[in-house]
Amino acid sequence: MSDKLLTVENLNVTYPGRAGVTHALKNASFELGRERLGIVGESGSGKSTMGRAILGLIPKPGIVTADRLDFSGKSLLTNTDRDWQKLRGRRISMIMQDPKYSLNPVRKIGDQIAETCRLHLGSTRKDAEQRSLAMLEAVQIRNPDAVYNQYPHQLSGGMGQRVMIAMMLVAEPDLLIADEPTSALDVTVQNEVLRILDRLVADRGMGLIFISHNLTVVSSFCDRVLIMYGGRILEQCAAKDLGEARHPYTQALIAATPSLDHPKAELATMVRDPAWLL
Amino acid sequence: MAPMIDIEDLHVTFSNGGRSVHAVQGVSFSVEEGESFGIVGESGSGKSTVLKAVSGLIPSESRSLTVNGRPAAERRSKADRRLMQFVFQDPYASLHPRQTVDEALREPLSIHGLDRKDERIEQALAEVGLLPEHRFRYPHQLSGGQRQRVAIARALILRPPVLLLDEPTSALDVSVQAEILNLISRLRQANKLTIILVSHDLGVVAHLCNRIAIMQFGKIVEVVNTADLSAGRVTQDYTRRLIEASRGFVREPS
Ligand SMILES: Nc1ncnc2c1ncn2[C@@H]1O[C@H](COP(=O)(O)OP(=O)(O)OP(=O)(O)O)[C@@H](O)[C@H]1O
Ligand SMILES: Nc1ncnc2c1ncn2[C@@H]1O[C@H](COP(=O)(O)OP(=O)(O)OP(=O)(O)O)[C@@H](O)[C@H]1O
Ligand SMILES: [Mg+2]
Ligand SMILES: [Mg+2]
Repeated sequence: MSDKLLTVENLNVTYPGRAGVTHALKNASFELGRERLGIVGESGSGKSTMGRAILGLIPKPGIVTADRLDFSGKSLLTNTDRDWQKLRGRRISMIMQDPKYSLNPVRKIGDQIAETCRLHLGSTRKDAEQRSLAMLEAVQIRNPDAVYNQYPHQLSGGMGQRVMIAMMLVAEPDLLIADEPTSALDVTVQNEVLRILDRLVADRGMGLIFISHNLTVVSSFCDRVLIMYGGRILEQCAAKDLGEARHPYTQALIAATPSLDHPKAELATMVRDPAWLL
Repeated sequence: MAPMIDIEDLHVTFSNGGRSVHAVQGVSFSVEEGESFGIVGESGSGKSTVLKAVSGLIPSESRSLTVNGRPAAERRSKADRRLMQFVFQDPYASLHPRQTVDEALREPLSIHGLDRKDERIEQALAEVGLLPEHRFRYPHQLSGGQRQRVAIARALILRPPVLLLDEPTSALDVSVQAEILNLISRLRQANKLTIILVSHDLGVVAHLCNRIAIMQFGKIVEVVNTADLSAGRVTQDYTRRLIEASRGFVREPS
């Protein structure tokens, strides 16, 4: 089997609307192996749209087109609902940006994770419960037994986010799209969660698309980075070279980051150049 | 002069099912008028709960819990509510799914009987970097960061003297974050705004705040000023680990 998990060629997503068409993704092309690929870019640049398009989750009336969208050598563009049912949550998973919104508010946390196990792994009740508890523990939840029986509104922001991560990881996907998975976590817990994802890539050969606003995290954790702007991929580089990125937009993102070590009275803001969209 | 916000020995206990969670265990601090006070700390350590108690959203016990000299739990009049605005950690909690951006911003203006509503709405959108085309959309038609900016615009539109901010920019990219932090700094200087900011991003807290409390297990483990945090002059091991972890991910040698 080839090492290419995902091939994307000229992926486009448009939303027709009252005020005209929003071109949320424009001719995006990239490949993903069994690696950690970061996606950075400003709010509204199309990062979540990219994740949702790969999972076939663009809501109506959105339109998706692509020259190629292959996962494990098979096109996703011709998938039927049944094909998606077999893939989604099982072989491709996405940790959504708004954790609490993606959890069912009236069901206990543990039951929601255990259901994922039963559905995708065919686990027995008991096995599902054990796996779920183990996963909660793995994402550093302090009282897994207590949290198992809680409802989403009873969790802190970071706990909700870790529950989502646990739920997406129990099925052991081949491709994980993580949309801002650690933005609600304190930095020590964040690094623990990154360590879990890191092991899944290194040991199990999972492919990871890691969407984040945190340039420090992306440059220290990922292998490669795509930089997005206005629905386009502006440039790609090795993550460790993000600090030397060439595009003025990427440089402006770096300059706008507040730093504990180098405090400034006023943060640099971005002056957008229309030429970037040509 | 009395501090704008004064908290002494605050306790919050939640009960869920048979268990009780002692989420805040004797927290005390005060914030002067015009000061920005930061709270960082472990996930689940009670940061959001402290803010909710200050805003009177949840019941709490304390020796003292006052805002502008009045007990937090009793601020029920319209004028009292206008004193303080809250940006929640979870933007879905503050935006109604069936309300357009325009309606969400108009509502506080109507409640408090402000004039020139259209002008204020346009200005509020522009301040947080949203475009006229976003004004009539519903929350689900916006990106995560756009939704968060609506929540911030809604809090700022009344120009409240006290702002409680719970992870206000964690859903925002650094360029929008910079604009919003600069906006808040400007408003703070111009209007003597008093702020409590909760964030996991030490750079953000250091940028906006003079003093920073570090929380763990429902307690404040230490309060440091920003220069000391930057220089690593801290006393607690947990604070040191936070500073270390904020410098990035370190891969273990395999
Ligand atoms: N259902 C929808 N209808 C219309 N426009 C939409 C819809 N969903 C997203 N958009 C628009 O598509 C663009 C890309 O959105 P997307 O959610 O991919 O951004 P993002 O890069 O993930 O941003 P953020 O960092 O703020 O989460 C935005 O301009 C957004 O307003
Ligand atoms: N409504 C509730 N019912 C029961 N327990 C709750 C409720 N709200 C919060 N808790 C519990 O109180 C504790 C503190 O939660 P809080 O939301 O204040 O944490 P936090 O410091 O803001 O964390 P984070 O950084 O993850 O947002 C947690 O253990 C949480 O599970
Ligand atoms: Mg997004
Ligand atoms: Mg919180």
